[in-house]
Order: sequence, then C-alpha cells, then structure tokens
Amino acid sequence: MKPSTRKGIVQAIGFVGLRAAMGLVLAVLLLFLYDIGRKGGGAISWEFVSQAPRKGMTAGGIFPAIFGTFLVTVITAALSVPLGMSAAIYLHEYARQSRLTRLIRLSIRNLSGVPSIVYGLFGVILFVNVMRFGTSVLSAGLTLGLMTLPWTITASEEALKTIPNSYREGAMALGATKWQTIRTNVLPYAVPGMLTGTVLGLSRAAGETAPILFTGAAFYLPFLPKSLSDQFMALPYHLYIMATQHHAIQQVRPLAYGTALVLIVLVMSLNMTAVILRYRLRRKQR
Amino acid sequence: MSSATNAVKIKTENLDFYYGANRALKNVSIECLDRKVTALIGPSGCGKSTFIRTLNRMNDVVAGSRVEGRILLDGRNIHDPDVDVVDLRRRVGMVFQKPNPFPKSIYDNIAYGLRINGLKDKRRIEAAVEKSLRGAALWDEVKDRLDDNAFALSGGQQQRLCIARALAVEPEVILFDEPCSAIDPIATAKIEDLIERLKTNYTVVIVTHNMQQAARVSDFTAFMMLGELIEFGPTPRIFTAPANRLTEDYITGRFG
Repeated sequence: MKPSTRKGIVQAIGFVGLRAAMGLVLAVLLLFLYDIGRKGGGAISWEFVSQAPRKGMTAGGIFPAIFGTFLVTVITAALSVPLGMSAAIYLHEYARQSRLTRLIRLSIRNLSGVPSIVYGLFGVILFVNVMRFGTSVLSAGLTLGLMTLPWTITASEEALKTIPNSYREGAMALGATKWQTIRTNVLPYAVPGMLTGTVLGLSRAAGETAPILFTGAAFYLPFLPKSLSDQFMALPYHLYIMATQHHAIQQVRPLAYGTALVLIVLVMSLNMTAVILRYRLRRKQR
Repeated sequence: MSSATNAVKIKTENLDFYYGANRALKNVSIECLDRKVTALIGPSGCGKSTFIRTLNRMNDVVAGSRVEGRILLDGRNIHDPDVDVVDLRRRVGMVFQKPNPFPKSIYDNIAYGLRINGLKDKRRIEAAVEKSLRGAALWDEVKDRLDDNAFALSGGQQQRLCIARALAVEPEVILFDEPCSAIDPIATAKIEDLIERLKTNYTVVIVTHNMQQAARVSDFTAFMMLGELIEFGPTPRIFTAPANRLTEDYITGRFG
C-alpha cells in the first residue's frame, strides 16, 4: 500500500469518527426535544401561557411562573452584566499581570464550577438574612446574578482577548488615552462577543432551581409580585414541584411537560437572541 | 521650536532600557536632525525596535520595563513629570511593522486621530482626511471609496493608510518600525518615495532590516548590535567607509 493511500484511509476513519460524535450529540438533543414536545405539546394553549394555575395546580396555566422567571432574569442581568463586563475590562486592560491577578482569575474560574445550591445557601445568608431583603425576587435575582458573574467575566475577558493588540497600540500612537483607546477602539469590537457569553450565562440562570429555592421562589402564589420584595413563582421551580412534589402527580404530568417545554423554548430563544445580536453587531461593523 | 534646518530634533543621552533584568539598550546616544531621515540598522534582536519605541514612550505599557538616561525632544526630556505622554504621542507619530488599519472605513481610520483629539467640525475633518491621504500618496486610489472598509485595501495601501492616519494629527516626528517588512517590493518602492517626500516637513526615524533601504532613504544611519550603538554617521560614509569593523562586516553581509 502506498503511504499516501494509507494516510487517506486514516483521514477517512478520523472524519467518520468525528461525524459520528457530532451525530450522537445531535441525536440525543433531538430525542430529548421530541419527547418533551410530544408529551408537553398537548398542554400548550393560550390559556396555559396566559392564566394562573387553578384547582391546586391541576388546571389553569403557568403565567405567574413565566412572569417570575422573566423578572428574576432581568434582575440577574442588571447585576451581572455591568459588573461582569467592568471586571473583565479591568482584569484584561488595566490590571498588571501578576501572581495576584492570576490567582483572581483562577478563583473566578473555580467559582463558575461551584454547585448552584451553594450559591443558593450563600444567597440566603447574604441577601435574605444579612442584607434583610427577605425571601424575595430581589434576593433570588441577586443570587443568580452572583452565580452568573464568573461566566460573564470569563466570557467578556475571552472576547477582549480576541481584539488584536495592534488596535490598542495604533490608537495610543495617535495620542489616544488609555480609556479612549478602550472605549473607541477595543470595546466596539469586543461587545458582540461579550454579549453572547453573557446572554448564554443568563439563559443558564433562567433555568436554575437551587439558587432561588430558598431565596425567593414560592410554591404557589395567588398573585403576581408587585414589588422587588415580594416572592415569585418561577418556571424551573414550578416544574420541580409538578414533577416531584405534587399530591396528584400522575394527573399533572402533562402540565409538567408543558412547563418544561415553555422553559426550553424560553431558554432557546434567549440563546437565539445572543446569536442574532452578535450577527447584527458584527455586520454593522463591516 | 527648531525652525532652522539641521537643528537637533531628538537626542538620546546614555539611554538604557530594561525588560525586567534584561538590558535591551546599552548607553545609546544619538542625535536625530530635524527634517532628516535617520535609519537604524542591525541584526535581529539588536534593540533597534526597542529604541524607536522609547522615542514615543510606547514601551511604557510593557510590564516590568524601565528606562534610564535621557531622551530630549526639542531639548525637553520626554520623561519629565509634566510631559503629557498623550501629547507626546500626538507629536511623535508611529507607523508599525505590520499595517494595522482599524476595522473602520478608510475615512474613519484617518478621522479617528482627529476625533479623539477633540476635533468635531465635519468640514475640517473632511479637509484633513483629504490632505492626509494626499500626503500619503493614497488619495487618487481611494477618493471614490472612502466609505469602504480599510481591510479591503491591499497591504501596501493599508500601510500608506496608516501613514496618512499618522499624518492627520499633524505630528512633528514620524517613527517607522520596519514599515516595509510585510509588503511587496512595488509597494515598498512607493513607501520609500513617500518617506523621501515626508522629510521636507517631518523628522523621520526608520528601523529597517534592509540595508539597501537604509542606504536609499536615509541621511544618517545608526548601526546597532546587542543593544549597543556601534556606529552612527552620515549614510554615505557608513556605507562606503565604515569606521568600525563590525559595521563593515554587517554591511558587507558577513553576518546578519
């Protein structure tokens, strides 16, 4: 056998392996979506997404949970987006690279691996008890905000890393101050990447149960939160209740699947927003 | 101000530069004359790029770096505490080794330096853009597509765009850090012509690894090796009658 054909065969085998790996991942995802779609699709109706639950959550809709998840995600974003981006800008553009900054960076990476229940308990102590925000949508949002912060910082720093140093040097050589350089010649090109990472972090937060469990999510509320210090219902927690804690668990099964479907669609549309946002911003720069 | 020709524009006195413990420049003393072209040649790693980057304090941003000795611009030490580094960099422009246009339109690339320096008047920006592009011999090639992205230009055009961008903020000195190392010979010839013309208005300092280029464009040549200035003098003399054995070996191609 000629060496060139042998190389060709090795390459073909490699490609088959890689394609199979991708196919497997895709198959699992599609199967998962199909199953939830089939079992939950029947529950979806206008009433389901616009009404409150009735008759001990065996009938009616999940609107308060959708609203609560939306509200808590807004608070999460309000904390983690500005703080995370600023921290990333400081770490990447201003801080001198030393043992201390390496340690800080390592800690941030580690924080993103801390189980979400730990954040939940930390939130109870810090926001609910010490800062006296009570079990509320504010406490839960801030807890989720803390949880997403490491993701936001890391994603934003990665986005800053992709900006060539020649943009910075070129601007400074023309007499731009450091901040002018960053504001006019670094951030405009880094923000699309920063936003993508950030929105992905937010969509993960929107689907979390543990951090909101003790900090503000309610089992059932007959009303919508009127202020930030009220408790709220949330999709992931509602799903958890419907799937494991309900007294008529068989009866509410379709509603649980419906809730899962709504949550997945919500998270996916957040992710799609990130993709579209990045595409739009990138194209605007061309 | 040095209005008389041949006045000293930049003068370094016993300049040392350290990257951490590594001494990259050793006791370098050079005088660059106003409206003349001074070339720096020498083998890779000889410190010529480090040297040119100290002249507009671009090395300030390198962590752990340190400068000793003095650099005088029009007789004033550029490390004096009351010297504004931002103002210094506006007066001492720089063109880099690789063309580094910003991902903006051709027009906005030139206007960038004016805008960050506070110019808002659209008419004046427009006039300055045209003047700078003409000054960099690029106007005729781009006047009909000023809104195109600068990345659409060829490498040589990009480098002339960067020169135009530097001219726009009206510097007194222009530093060229191996400006032709990433572009083709024809584009190189255009840039050399341009440098020839620029010296009627500006003081030019150019780092080059190409000895023929130094011989063609410069009035004075400095030969550096291992961070030291080996020989400095009028270009014709350096290339025809070098005083130092090392200089002779280098320009005759015995090492490089």
